[in-house]
Amino acid sequence: MAITKQIPDTIFAANSFCPGCGHGIVIRLIAEVLDEMDLSDRTIGVLAVGCSCLVNRTLAVDLMQSAHGRATAAAAGIKRTRPGNLVFTYQGDGDAISIGIAETLYSAQRDEKITQIIVNNGVFGMTGGQMSPTTLVGQRTATSEKGRNSEINGDPVNIMKLLSQFNTAYLARGSVHDAANILKTKQYIRTAFELQMRGEGFTCVEVISPCPTNWHMTPDQAVERIANEVLEVYPLGEFVKGEHQK
Amino acid sequence: MLMSKIELKTENCKGCGNCIRNCRFEALAFNNEVNAKGYRIVTVDRDKCVGCGMCYTVCPDYVFSIED
Amino acid sequence: MKKLMKGNYALAEGAIRAGCRLFAGYPITPQTEILEYLSSHMAEAGGTFVQTESELAGINMVIGAAAAGARAMTSSSGPGFSLKQEGISYLSSMEVPAVIVDVMRYGIGLGNVVLGQADYFQVTKGGGHGGYKVPVYAPASVQENADFVFKAFDTAEAYRTPVIILSDAAIGQMMGSVELPDPIEHDINKFDWTLKGRDARHPTGRKMTDVIYYDYAFDDYDPHIRARYAKMHDELQEWEEVETEDAELLMVAYGISSRVCKEAVRLARGEGIKAGLLRPITLWPFPEKAMTKFNGRIKGYLSVEMNACGQMVEDVALHAGGTKVYSDPTGRKVADSEDLVALIKDILAGKIEEVF
Repeated sequence: MAITKQIPDTIFAANSFCPGCGHGIVIRLIAEVLDEMDLSDRTIGVLAVGCSCLVNRTLAVDLMQSAHGRATAAAAGIKRTRPGNLVFTYQGDGDAISIGIAETLYSAQRDEKITQIIVNNGVFGMTGGQMSPTTLVGQRTATSEKGRNSEINGDPVNIMKLLSQFNTAYLARGSVHDAANILKTKQYIRTAFELQMRGEGFTCVEVISPCPTNWHMTPDQAVERIANEVLEVYPLGEFVKGEHQK
Repeated sequence: MLMSKIELKTENCKGCGNCIRNCRFEALAFNNEVNAKGYRIVTVDRDKCVGCGMCYTVCPDYVFSIED
Repeated sequence: MKKLMKGNYALAEGAIRAGCRLFAGYPITPQTEILEYLSSHMAEAGGTFVQTESELAGINMVIGAAAAGARAMTSSSGPGFSLKQEGISYLSSMEVPAVIVDVMRYGIGLGNVVLGQADYFQVTKGGGHGGYKVPVYAPASVQENADFVFKAFDTAEAYRTPVIILSDAAIGQMMGSVELPDPIEHDINKFDWTLKGRDARHPTGRKMTDVIYYDYAFDDYDPHIRARYAKMHDELQEWEEVETEDAELLMVAYGISSRVCKEAVRLARGEGIKAGLLRPITLWPFPEKAMTKFNGRIKGYLSVEMNACGQMVEDVALHAGGTKVYSDPTGRKVADSEDLVALIKDILAGKIEEVF
């Protein structure tokens, strides 16, 4: 069996994420899909505030960095100006689901023809691992030292469920904690990009991703935690595909 | 024995160990080298590597290229 | 051919004619007619109108559209404009041209929808974070509401900066005759730097972000910022003078207040009082070049504006070079021309104390 695996052309430099961070995998998957679809020259990405801003230094497409939480609004402005381009956002759970929840939901509600990629690692990474909307109950973070208490902080937010309220083109949740799910996640991203380029409507791929640094774990422990704890709360799969009503 | 053409860009490696953990052929291991970024880096035993590409898939740091 | 139009409608129609093809905004009195007009007319012009979920989404949609090369605009007032400030800071940092309209209302907090000029500070002083400046045009008629959108987009593109049009409730709500400018088409590919997909000149893609964040090697950041604002400061000052040549006292006023001051000049001159008016058209940069002509030669400046404590008066004082500065913040009341003449008489008679 002939297997060829090359670092995608759309990656132009090493990334500067922490060891074992899932961002590097997600970015590589995006680059692979863009290479395969021959879309890198027509792609415009909108980066969030947080670790995702580091994507500027590694992904070779036109990129802008949005204000915190507003990436999908900016992406909608870009897409409506240049409907022939592929427009995606790259956001963390803090950006897309906490401060940017209104922009996220209303981009879906308006069925903006963009792809939102949310990398969900359950913490605010860049600022040092504070509790985020997707932090699990009981999970210790810099702002929930004794573990997230649902009495005080409420329960984690399931963004796929929220987005399912709207008439969207595609909603899927993948994970990059093991090889099989990495390959599935790549397919989700590809499906989202294809649907966008067909003009279908709002597409969103949430990706469960390890943050060993802020989980205070080794990379091995972090992927084990996803398999054993995180996926119970955030089941994987395609939630909306093809039922889109226009 | 299959001789795959695996190439390692060890200057990108951050020593996370994803590749070692996922290699079914036990072809990858840390050695005692440290790259310019200060990370312990991975090396390949070319006699054991079959070029399956698993390391490429799980690597967050664009270290591996494989050509059949 | 002249038409009779409401100020806010003239501004909205001016935007379409200036090639604006994306408007994203949120209702707030007294700017809502801009939103309403564009909700029906933008589509006819082949553009996009979006009533967003918030002012935040509105300004950020404008950022995206402008970054992608469109002429894009949003508008708001008072409390809603406060919410735009973060986005204006981002536009300034990214050096992306866009036009933001503030049809001012009155008061602090929610304030009130009544006439006012309460946003001078937040509009002219870089109301968001970081210490940027934004060119600010202050229309004083329905005609200028239409014309200044063209001026604002041209300045925005020439200097790659957001530009604010500081209108007010009176100018926005009044009916007036307007000669609408001829429409122009804007090419979204006019500039190389806009986001459109990478090309041979940008093989790794354009990176539109804060230079200080992306490129740590950018040692010239501070000199660059200083030079950028110094150039705007030197090149953009605009003002109108009314009966200034022999004036002993110059009123300084913009927007609705300047219209009353014009009438006050006429009344004062009728009584032989040498009053004049300096009307800033740009509030930043403040027309200090005009003031240097009069400093030391007149008996004083009288700043007239519709807010509680006086805001613009501080800029007048800053550039008065020791000439006395008097302040008449008229609060919720539109200035009255006869009251102004009486005040001018009192000032010239030495009965009123200067504030600076």
